[in-house]
Amino acid sequence: MEAVIKVSHLTKKFSELTAVNDLSFTVQKGDVYGFLGQNGAGKSTSIRMLLTLIQPTSGTIEVFGYDLQHHRKEILRNTGAVIERPDLYKYLSAYETLQLFAAMSGVKLTKQQYMDQLELVGLAQRANSKVRTFSQGMKQRLGIAVALVHNPELIVLDEPTNGLDPQGIADMRNLILMLREKMKKTVLVSSHLLSEVEQIANRMLIIDKGKKLVEGTVSELFHPDDTVVLIETANQKACEQLIRNSSYATQLIGIDAAGIELKLRKEEVPVLTKMLVENNISILGIHARHTLEDYFLKITTANQHVEPFKN
Amino acid sequence: MWSLLKIELFKVFKRPRTYIAFIAVWAIVSLIQLAIYVDGPKYMDFVLRDVKDSFDVIGNPLNGYFVCFVILQTLLIHVPLLVALVSADMIAGEANMGTLRLLISKPVSRTKLLMSKFLASAIYAIILLIWIAILGLFLSMAIFGTDGLMNAKSYEIIILNGNDIFWRYLCAFGFAALALITVSSLGFFFSIFAENSLGPIVATMSVIIVFTILTTLDIPLFQNVKDFFFTSHMIGWKGFFEMKVDADGYAIPGTIRNLPAVLRSAGILLLHIIVFTGSAIYIFNRKDVLS
Repeated sequence: MEAVIKVSHLTKKFSELTAVNDLSFTVQKGDVYGFLGQNGAGKSTSIRMLLTLIQPTSGTIEVFGYDLQHHRKEILRNTGAVIERPDLYKYLSAYETLQLFAAMSGVKLTKQQYMDQLELVGLAQRANSKVRTFSQGMKQRLGIAVALVHNPELIVLDEPTNGLDPQGIADMRNLILMLREKMKKTVLVSSHLLSEVEQIANRMLIIDKGKKLVEGTVSELFHPDDTVVLIETANQKACEQLIRNSSYATQLIGIDAAGIELKLRKEEVPVLTKMLVENNISILGIHARHTLEDYFLKITTANQHVEPFKN
Repeated sequence: MWSLLKIELFKVFKRPRTYIAFIAVWAIVSLIQLAIYVDGPKYMDFVLRDVKDSFDVIGNPLNGYFVCFVILQTLLIHVPLLVALVSADMIAGEANMGTLRLLISKPVSRTKLLMSKFLASAIYAIILLIWIAILGLFLSMAIFGTDGLMNAKSYEIIILNGNDIFWRYLCAFGFAALALITVSSLGFFFSIFAENSLGPIVATMSVIIVFTILTTLDIPLFQNVKDFFFTSHMIGWKGFFEMKVDADGYAIPGTIRNLPAVLRSAGILLLHIIVFTGSAIYIFNRKDVLS
């Protein structure tokens, strides 16, 4: 696989504060790479270094095989970005905004090409409307169009779902998936919304206090052994007895009114289900309760500010 | 670079705020012209109160050239504020809107980006000055006609022939452009440190006001340093309206009394522009963009 971004031992210090601490990661061509971390973890600082907004204290960044410090222009010519809020010129129309940023990137498109870009993000009907009249979601989509206007290979999205309503979040998710599947772009997307990253990324990195905690494919990190399954059944006693007498006994975690919890590998779920059905256990529901969010919270508990509420 | 400059000019002239200055200039010039049109003779009596017993004034002293001179003296105190409104907003305004990070992430060097922004603010200052020239000089010439210009000072009266004035105005406007670009570069310099334009605008005006007061005060402590203040040289345009005098005490038309002093002032203003803009570029190239 071809590495599009290769970050090595990246560190950024602001006086006493180390915002990014010896961070290394690699984004492969075609990846939707999730950059996960709680607020203040160092995601935005890292992305800003990647886009040359901030100078690293130490470490190197290579993009498309070039050193960022020495080939800034060539790299940015092939990179599109939306950084945090989709702030654009309120007094310009969507069409003018695209024209302006295309010119800044050194490209000139035809009117039809600009309209195609706006169509892509669902804003063709509002091409001549001023940005000040746009909702947050529309601004975010226009931000994506701006990032794509010069047809870059790499797209960097910093917290693209921030401040969006559920529909806006769904639109953004679909846009990112389209970037990967249809347009074959490499996407680096940062977020603290784990469920979002889980749905769009194929690889991810979790960062906390400026340091890398883990990096890998989503399926690797979302380890099958960590899946917790909650079984709801009409005859819980019989079900419990059956599990205790089976090879799953050691995987039993807890039993309460809500159901029986087991730690299972994903492929064990249908086998267990089959066993229960064959033993006449009426299954009301099976819920894989463990998500990436549990995993994320588990490894970043040092940053937990409020104790979990227990009833 | 040309492409970037076009983008910056496009942004400057797309913003409603830009036109405040043009409306303000139009309002001030119109009010002065109206006042002189209605009450001109009384105003002239006041100007000539100390000399009217000694001189016979022949011709039309209340002409377009004189009105423009009054307008320039009034406006060139206030126009720096209008120029600072735009120049101080060039970077700080982008930081405030959140668009600065988007600009920096484009394949354009920071130096080119800043140079294009500075040139755009300088062009804005020049266009504003052209607007002042259209309203203050050409419109006044059309309304009040042309004749000799009487420049009354506390210790002398300089009378310029009607055919020896127009070129002096062109030079004066050129010098004023340099003075306004100096203000523009100062606003631009402050702009790189702030994340909203109010701070740089206030800072620019504060510097101008403080330096002007220190320039005006005859305090020995500041005598030696005030020559280094750019505000001391911003009024250098008035030098174009003074003539050399021959051995018999007659003014020599087509001459400038102290051209080296005028050129020195222009050079000092130019030096300030280079220092302010160069410092802005140097600092901004090393600055982390956190907005």
